[in-house]
Amino acid sequence: MLSQIVSALIVMVVGVFAAAAYFYLTNRVLDLALPDKGDVVTASRNLRRRAMIRPWLFLGPAILLLTIYLIYPVIATLILSFYGRDAQEFVGFSNYLWAVNDAGFRQSIFNNILWLAVVPAACTFFGLVIAVMTDRLAWGNFAKSLVFMPMAISFVGASVIWKFIYDYRGEGQIQIGILNAIVQYFGGQPEVWLAIPFWNNFFLMIILIWIQTGFAMVILSAALRGIPEETIEAAVIDGASGWQIFWKIMVPQIWGTIATVWTTITILVLKVFDIVLTMTNGQWNTEVLANLMFGWMFQGGGDSGRSAAIAVVLMLAVTPIMIWNIRRANEEMKGR
Amino acid sequence: MSIGKSLARIGLPRLIINITVLVVVALWVMPTLGIFVSSFRDKDQLTVSGWWTAFSSSERNEAGRLGGLDAMKQEGPLYVISGNVLEGKGGAVNAFGTKAVAPRAYKAGTEADLGDGIKLTINSDGAYRYTSTAPFTDDNTGRRVYLAVATPPVFTMVNYRNVLTGEGIGQSFVNSLTVAIPATVIPILVAAFAAYALSWMSFKGRTLLLAAVVGLIVVPLQMSLIPLLRLYNDVGTFLGVPSKTYAGIWLAHTAFGLPLAIYLLRNYIVGLPKEIIESARVDGAGDFEIFTKIVLPLSFPALASFAIFQFLWVWNDLLVAMVFLGTEKDKLVLTGALNALLGSRGGNWEILSASAFVSILVPLLVFFSLQRYLVRGLLAGSVKGG
Repeated sequence: MLSQIVSALIVMVVGVFAAAAYFYLTNRVLDLALPDKGDVVTASRNLRRRAMIRPWLFLGPAILLLTIYLIYPVIATLILSFYGRDAQEFVGFSNYLWAVNDAGFRQSIFNNILWLAVVPAACTFFGLVIAVMTDRLAWGNFAKSLVFMPMAISFVGASVIWKFIYDYRGEGQIQIGILNAIVQYFGGQPEVWLAIPFWNNFFLMIILIWIQTGFAMVILSAALRGIPEETIEAAVIDGASGWQIFWKIMVPQIWGTIATVWTTITILVLKVFDIVLTMTNGQWNTEVLANLMFGWMFQGGGDSGRSAAIAVVLMLAVTPIMIWNIRRANEEMKGR
Repeated sequence: MSIGKSLARIGLPRLIINITVLVVVALWVMPTLGIFVSSFRDKDQLTVSGWWTAFSSSERNEAGRLGGLDAMKQEGPLYVISGNVLEGKGGAVNAFGTKAVAPRAYKAGTEADLGDGIKLTINSDGAYRYTSTAPFTDDNTGRRVYLAVATPPVFTMVNYRNVLTGEGIGQSFVNSLTVAIPATVIPILVAAFAAYALSWMSFKGRTLLLAAVVGLIVVPLQMSLIPLLRLYNDVGTFLGVPSKTYAGIWLAHTAFGLPLAIYLLRNYIVGLPKEIIESARVDGAGDFEIFTKIVLPLSFPALASFAIFQFLWVWNDLLVAMVFLGTEKDKLVLTGALNALLGSRGGNWEILSASAFVSILVPLLVFFSLQRYLVRGLLAGSVKGG
């Protein structure tokens, strides 16, 4: 066991050294191969060439890794989605046709839309409310830190935590899950919460909301602090009420940040996988695309065609946000 | 401050805000607290009482046996058997009964009339007095009694010892470290060089590359899995090595973390003062020296932010580990082990809670000690500007 950690540390050191050596050596070689000595014409030509080549030395490893691990697979997955289960024969759109007619896929689409409608909105709303409320408290930072804490917990860890909350013991037994204990205390019937179709989706969503609200809160809190005092003072002088100040002065000024938070959580929701896998594995009508895709990757020897088709659907859902992000980043970079 | 003042204008009294925030914080902490408290509880208490009662005594049903004929004594007209039903075990008897279906038929300290002149009293300390007007026979001695025993709260580290050794969580902890350390450090250097080139070197295609990096941040991992799995299998077969190795997962995590790393570091590095870099250039320093001697040390806060992100992401990841490292027991990382335990030990909360807490302990430590850098990184990654 210990040897395993030691080898990991050695790899880390070797990896860092190898990367450092790569950058150092390639830069040296470039300087030696194209010396800036000799007659003026050659020297200046060499200098120009160096300036052309050097960026690519710096970028080389990153571009290589991104190509192998992200760009190539995206294209390959797109192609695989038009092939059969073993990627041997071309099947046209039949994987997509299968998906459209498959009950599991439809259920996943429905659930994904449900998640998209609820989770980003809930996180942003709670995040904003908590950010505003904690801002004027003496212990506000402490409170924020505790709400932010679930960010550090893995989805699987969070699933265990919440499964304990939803725990169900047979009728007449003492309930050790706090939700059923509360229900029982008020005279209700304990339920197997995760097995109630449709509503169980919300019990899963709560987990993600619990994790992500802290993220929304931190970012919105920073944006709120950036609002110029004068705009609020002016509104007060003009006789605006509290709600008017909040909705007409504060919210519009942080609109860009709200959009960022919203889209970031949207992307996360589309990819949600761990929570569904560990809580229900898609049973009781809780399936989502990412888990469905994972299932088709392995079950019954795996079906790469169907699995790839589901991944492509996910990719298509992400694409509008991707384009919006790129546009926004480009505009920002022009200012630099 | 400004928001504070304006909130006062919204008219919410301070007390209400304090109470609301208190409730919210309690709601947010309660789930984790439940697992935390449970992981230290005695297994038998955990299954019969909610964790919120952990600090008060819990009551459970037990069976005891009264003494046999040899313990019989005569006291005047009565035949008596006496002793203690708890036999030295801790706890206090709240109630007792002689049938399994009614363990709480009689309160402790009261006399139970069992008919035929036989009476039984069990006190809360477990001492009992079993009397009969006629001599006892084999039929009514050595009798089973059922007890409702209140036991004081028991806290123990046994659950942790069990999961670390018996359930393979110790091995998984080591596996998680093995995956996370190199997968956090290696991408930093690769990304930093790329980020420098994208901020301070001019070349054709720079804008395009930046756009590509921003685009790649949001590509779902699901798009990468199938082709990479095939690629890994092919490379493994070609080289005659296993396809699921630590080296494979390090590279995968490195590559998946790169887009965000480059974007975050580039946002920071491009904001460094232009004068410093220009004057170094004038002094004859090349890009390599400028990067290693000036940019890298100045970028420490951004590097720290990214390192924390990447560490949390790698440590908490389940998908990449399942696909690239496999699901054999000795190779499971903590998230994978936890997922497996949820399947095999579904109701054993003493095991699940302790395992879960082992798995979230390291991220929580990182979170609370380095929160400042984490927040800074989040802001740089999502809000306009750096």
